[in-house]
Amino acid sequence: MLDDFLVRAVLAAVGAALAAAPLGVFVVWRRMAYFGDATSHAAILGVALALALSVPVFAGTLVVALLVAFGVARLTGRGYAADMVLGVAAHAALATGLVAASFLSGPRLNLEAYLFGDILAVSKMDLAVIWGGGAAVAALIGWRWQALLLSTLSPDLAAASGVNPERERVTLMLALALVVAVALKVVGALLIAALLIIPAAAARPLSRTPEGMLAGAATVGVIAALGGLWAAWSLDTPAGPSIVCAAAITFGISALGGRLLGGHGG
Amino acid sequence: MSGLIEARGLTLRHGTREVLRDVDFSIAPGEIVTVVGPNGSGKSTLLRALIGALRPSRGKVTRQPALRLGYVPQGLRLDGSMPMTVARFLNLPSRVSAADCAKVLDDAGAGDLAGRQMSDLSGGQFQRVLLARALLNDPQILILDEPTTGLDQPGQASFYRQIEALRNRMGCAVLMVSHELHVVMSASDRVICLNGHVCCEGHPEVVAQAEEYRALFGTGTQGALALYRHEHTHSHDHAPGETCNAG
Repeated sequence: MLDDFLVRAVLAAVGAALAAAPLGVFVVWRRMAYFGDATSHAAILGVALALALSVPVFAGTLVVALLVAFGVARLTGRGYAADMVLGVAAHAALATGLVAASFLSGPRLNLEAYLFGDILAVSKMDLAVIWGGGAAVAALIGWRWQALLLSTLSPDLAAASGVNPERERVTLMLALALVVAVALKVVGALLIAALLIIPAAAARPLSRTPEGMLAGAATVGVIAALGGLWAAWSLDTPAGPSIVCAAAITFGISALGGRLLGGHGG
Repeated sequence: MSGLIEARGLTLRHGTREVLRDVDFSIAPGEIVTVVGPNGSGKSTLLRALIGALRPSRGKVTRQPALRLGYVPQGLRLDGSMPMTVARFLNLPSRVSAADCAKVLDDAGAGDLAGRQMSDLSGGQFQRVLLARALLNDPQILILDEPTTGLDQPGQASFYRQIEALRNRMGCAVLMVSHELHVVMSASDRVICLNGHVCCEGHPEVVAQAEEYRALFGTGTQGALALYRHEHTHSHDHAPGETCNAG
């Protein structure tokens, strides 16, 4: 079954969507959208370095994403405006990655595949990385779920309850780096943040609890993955962007539905 | 140690600014302590250092081992990006039974709010839910940081009456920051007047007469203190009826 490239593509897309959901809700709750962008753009630099050093791409993107995430967190902690640091980091990481990639000659690097994803070329090894990484993200966030929720609502309330909000922030950065490494092959560096934010945003108007929103985000993510792949197959559109388009359409429907039901609009 | 929480030589900097300087603090079981001081005098910073949210630049904070503390932060607002019912909020970070939830909500005067979304609550309802959460686990000390900010005067009065009633029933210590001096002072065992350092402290009557206190707040507050005493005896007679309007 796994020998069929379409089956592998479906499994990869669904796996990436499921890995993105538990982190995506926190990206929305903590207003980390731009942070997600900066970290995922850094993946290109990770790819270039990994190929130059002949180490697995997964390891390269994971390490560079981690470094950028912690670097940005460090700088904003020192009183730089978060918005500014992120603006610098997101674009500097992308540009540095593109420049580094240009030093790698010839057929070794198909840049477009890493910028926009290359889901129809997913190997069994890639599948193992996606589902293994996704399982790690789910386990990490599941383990810290309660503490993460409280730290997100109020770091002071968390501290008073014996939860260290700083440690929970590190947990999320670790999960973010994992998701970036996992989703790179599916939607590409430029659209990873979309896979995090849009399904969670679509789930918001229809949810009453954090758990409900998580389930909703996972469902929307899977629908978008399948819908996007179907569009890519039947309309011959690029798969990664199609998945994000499908997610965006779901968001539109949900926002309208939420308004009609008189629920929360944003 | 004898106190529930103690601080010795507590100094805290935000960047280069020294917010607290050499503060010694201790609170005994069952004691009611109010911290007063002008804006920017480090009142909230002191509380946040005492609960462990801020690390001192110098000095030491000691909490009794396994201290059960309930904390109501200042000016917390939830923006609604996270869906969160009141009942779910009370289950963070540890799960509690539905019966315990109902009990603390009742105690805090928020009995009918369990199913509501946190972002839909009014200011007064929100503060009562925060108080309810602080009452979980039968706290040995309640730490309240200007808990009535944003409430109108009847709302403030009824909130403080609720805290006093709870304190009398549970016997826990209360550490409170407030700028509503007249409401707070006479119920306190001890008042600490803070302005970066401890200007003066002691029994409310003593502090109200102290030169350092008058230098910070002027003499006008004395009248307010007297007014409160009058109100207190008055409202005590009608306490049940007024609690019903709460929230």
